[in-house]
Amino acid sequence: MAEVKKIATRQSYGNALAEFGAEYDNLVVLDADLAGATQTCIFKKAFPERHIDCGIAECNMAGIAAGLATTGKIPFMSSFAMFAAGRAFEQVRNSIGYPHLNVKIGATHAGISVGEDGASHQCCEDVALMRTIPGMTVIVPSDDVEARAAVKAAIEMDGPCYLRFGRLAVPVINDNDDYKFEIGKGIVLREGKDVALIASGLEVAETLEAAEKLAADGIDAKVINIHTIKPLDEDLVVAAAKETGKVVTIEEHSVIGGLGSAVCDVLSEKCPTQVLKIGVNDTFGESGPAKELLKKYELDAEGIYKKVKAFMA
Amino acid sequence: MDNLELKKTANEVRKGIVTAVYNAKSGHPGGSLSAADIYTYLYFEELNIDPKNPRKADRDRFVLSKGHTAPGYYSTLANRGFFPVEDLKTLRHTGSYLQGHPNMNEIPGVDMSSGSLGQGISCAVGMALSAKLSGDDYRVYTLLGDGEIQEGQVWEAAMFAGHRKLDNLVVIVDNNGLQIDGNIEDVCSPYPIDKKFEAFNFHVINIDGHDFDQIRAAFNEARETKGMPTAIIAKTIKGKGVSFMENQAGWHGKAPNDEQYEIAMADLEKAGE
Repeated sequence: MAEVKKIATRQSYGNALAEFGAEYDNLVVLDADLAGATQTCIFKKAFPERHIDCGIAECNMAGIAAGLATTGKIPFMSSFAMFAAGRAFEQVRNSIGYPHLNVKIGATHAGISVGEDGASHQCCEDVALMRTIPGMTVIVPSDDVEARAAVKAAIEMDGPCYLRFGRLAVPVINDNDDYKFEIGKGIVLREGKDVALIASGLEVAETLEAAEKLAADGIDAKVINIHTIKPLDEDLVVAAAKETGKVVTIEEHSVIGGLGSAVCDVLSEKCPTQVLKIGVNDTFGESGPAKELLKKYELDAEGIYKKVKAFMA
Repeated sequence: MDNLELKKTANEVRKGIVTAVYNAKSGHPGGSLSAADIYTYLYFEELNIDPKNPRKADRDRFVLSKGHTAPGYYSTLANRGFFPVEDLKTLRHTGSYLQGHPNMNEIPGVDMSSGSLGQGISCAVGMALSAKLSGDDYRVYTLLGDGEIQEGQVWEAAMFAGHRKLDNLVVIVDNNGLQIDGNIEDVCSPYPIDKKFEAFNFHVINIDGHDFDQIRAAFNEARETKGMPTAIIAKTIKGKGVSFMENQAGWHGKAPNDEQYEIAMADLEKAGE
């Protein structure tokens, strides 16, 4: 089998900013002393005058982004998810969300796949926080292709948008001619009639692999990539629940408040269905190589396979 | 406007504040009244703005970082012609566009939503930065409370503005000396305020915030200051103009009752003569 190309979505983010920065001269990138880690350094190299390092002051960065947006700039404020969504939550809520300003929040290093830095830097709560803000679009790209498309879509839409990127290199799974990204539209990657596996971010690739293992055991799983957590593709989720009667959500995020909760919110009202939420189970992460952590927290293909198997028994 | 006209206008602004808060049965008169002369000077003398075209691209921007003193802001905007003075009576009422704290999407003339302390200055810094990036020559003004500067974000913003030499930015601190829990010196002293801004590479001007000669001179000096932002520290009296509200922390966020309203308006009528 040929080696699968892998790239971290934070790198895709940096590449996309540099690519679209040429087209949009009002695109401004803000960072908080993490340009190397968030990969906005790629943009900085191409457009140094439009790359603003705010220093280690994320709350001020959020306000600066808001101010820039009032004057017609398209600011991308960048930091780790922990600080962009966590530390600066109230600034994002009040200075960006409440006035519905056209600020894009590029949050990298989300989830436990941050790895060795450990729990203090492994944000598993950002999607929950961001989706509670009225009018906030929340996107969790699954690979390089989708991350680029998401940045483009974020530029083209008006209003605040949270983009979640990862540190770990992940397989490129959307590199095909049929691929089409539309905010709020999920993508069916595999048809199946027994159970619907709904995943986001790096868990999409893991879930596809798990589906193949399940198929070998005679379980026919439908796999859906939900890249936009908000607004959620409710029609697709409800249709999948009706087709299969059983739903599993898979995310590298707390099982409280993220994709799983969003799916349960819609199904409980429109199509009550048994749902298994796979994610980080109301716990903090820890230090270790990303791959080992995904295995330990049963968020790799094997872990997903075992949990779905038990759920289907 | 000469000083007499400014004083008369500021008195009308103060009447609007008292009327708005009285009709709302809540709100923040103390810090609105202390800043009324500064609001008046900004909107009737200093700012390049057009009430008929509130969103004109080259306008000067104003961010009310101490957003709770919205009654002072609204009364000034109304008296300047952005919306009817009569509407001040709807402050804080259900369905009114005059929200408890400024909402840029609903109120003509408001450049930024605010209310959560410490955040407005960052937004003003973003606006000033934007002008520098685009080569635009509009200026940006932001008004902070002296209690507000206890928020750490204020100093993040000040550090950035000083570092970037944003000489199109003017930060005004309404130094009325009182916050909700009492004297700012007793709660958690921010003094010396001027030295702090100097340390963050601001040009600092100390003034009496009720003296229009000093206010005028300070804003002129700010315009002439190149290579660094300006901070104007305005010593003021909380509740200025209403006898029983002056220098009383209790009038930070409380509305007058019927009797108090009559006394307050009588004070202001007398001052207007």
